[in-house]
Amino acid sequence: MADVGIAIGRVAFVMLFVLNLGGLLGWVERKQSAIMQDRIGANRASIFGLRVMGLFHPLADALKLLAKEEFRPAHADRFLYWLAPFVSVFFGLTAFASIPFGPVIEVGGRQIPLQAVTLNVGVLYVFAMLSLGVYGVMMGGWSSGNNFALLGGQRAAALMISAEIAIGASIMGVIMVYGSLDMMEIARGQGELLWGWLPKWGLVTQPLAFVLFLTAGIASTKRIPFDTPECESEIIGYFVEYSGMKAGMFMMADFLETVVVAGMTTALFLGGWQVPYLAADGFHFPGGAHLGMPAALVVFLQVMAFVIKVSVMIFFMMLIRWTLPRFRYDQAMRLGWLGLFPLSILNIVVTGLVLLATGGPAS
Amino acid sequence: MPTAQRFYLREVLDGVALTAGHFFRNMGRHIAHAFGRPVKGAVTIQYPEERRPYSPRLRTLHRLVRREDGSPRCVACMMCETVCPAHCIYIVAEEHPNPEIEKMPARFDIDLGKCVFCGYCVEACPEDAIRMDTGILEFSTYDRRSMVYTKETLLALEPADPDGRPRSPIPIPPSRAV
Repeated sequence: MADVGIAIGRVAFVMLFVLNLGGLLGWVERKQSAIMQDRIGANRASIFGLRVMGLFHPLADALKLLAKEEFRPAHADRFLYWLAPFVSVFFGLTAFASIPFGPVIEVGGRQIPLQAVTLNVGVLYVFAMLSLGVYGVMMGGWSSGNNFALLGGQRAAALMISAEIAIGASIMGVIMVYGSLDMMEIARGQGELLWGWLPKWGLVTQPLAFVLFLTAGIASTKRIPFDTPECESEIIGYFVEYSGMKAGMFMMADFLETVVVAGMTTALFLGGWQVPYLAADGFHFPGGAHLGMPAALVVFLQVMAFVIKVSVMIFFMMLIRWTLPRFRYDQAMRLGWLGLFPLSILNIVVTGLVLLATGGPAS
Repeated sequence: MPTAQRFYLREVLDGVALTAGHFFRNMGRHIAHAFGRPVKGAVTIQYPEERRPYSPRLRTLHRLVRREDGSPRCVACMMCETVCPAHCIYIVAEEHPNPEIEKMPARFDIDLGKCVFCGYCVEACPEDAIRMDTGILEFSTYDRRSMVYTKETLLALEPADPDGRPRSPIPIPPSRAV
């Protein structure tokens, strides 16, 4: 009984974290872009005259989308047209499951890993879910019965494939360095110190892979600068024929993917839930200083560290989204196949040589 | 394209530094503003509450100038009606009770749906009886008929403040009142 409760608790934390963050991103996007552009941003939605910096706008958006007419084009494939947005959102939500948000804690003799699902192949699972998300997009493009939507779906598929290959290849280096496919093991490995003072984060051991992964990750979220599948403003993409909450779900899926990619980057490159120099019994600073802490506080700090790192990554991805113009379709393809992919192969080779020279992975 | 630009990364970082600089500078100003410092983090003018100061020469909603006794200064000479390129002014003349004044308007309607705000009526008026200085710009309606402003409405309007802030309330026709 207690096991079921713990399992539900773990899943609920991840679900609520991802869903709320995904919903909140609409507000973050509006406000952050406004502040970057010397504006104030949407601040008029109010409940009883209470505005709270426009925080009610996502709520108002959702209400509006729910109240809107759901139009289905006459030539649409009924079932797939209905299914596509759910597929998109579903895989965006489930992808986060194997990303650890905290260490393995011990409560009453039970080992509780702070992640929704414990998987030996967690990294592969996240990629599988992220890749499956493209099926929702293609389904939506095909089943709309609109050639522009179909072309948008095709662009999405091409972009996703070129991005996902680079994602898969770029994290090979991380897997080689930490010697595991389990995200929890990778996060734990990043708590070690290099030369006694430098946290062994993926960012330190695999800087090139970090850049490649982040680029490909942003591409796989289908947002500007890689929004050729969508192009809401002009050449229109796979969800032209969707209206109401179904269109909202596609938008939501983009935000969820942003959260997932931010979570992945955190877990693989930014040390996951690790706080530098913080071990299970408190801080151990390089100089030999020690600051003892109760275990509960340590766990709290580590979970908070994960949340903050994810937020910073989301901030950075939003910054990119509001800084760069869109890549042309062929530019995006060239970047994926001729830029990211060969570089990640090179990264694997160099990592392998370095590991060979220094005597294998640390584990 | 120079080789440095072909690699994108440096250019991307330059761009991100620029936008992030804007973000953090504006964020700092917003926070300072919240603590009561006289700085603003945005150039936004929050329109219905704040207004950009209007030029005193700006042509806004018309008004009819009143005499001492409150009757219109207009003598119904039809100059404005004649000069109006949009034919939006409609005047019906009548006798003025004072024998020294020739006529006065019985009706003076301006159809703002047709008006092009050229200001010719103001220039043509020999009596300085019509002016476009109320500062009022918001008079949209849901139907065409409530765009027609009558003599009584136009007479009741006051000129704007020196900074262009309207002093009269926006004359909402009864059909537009919600």
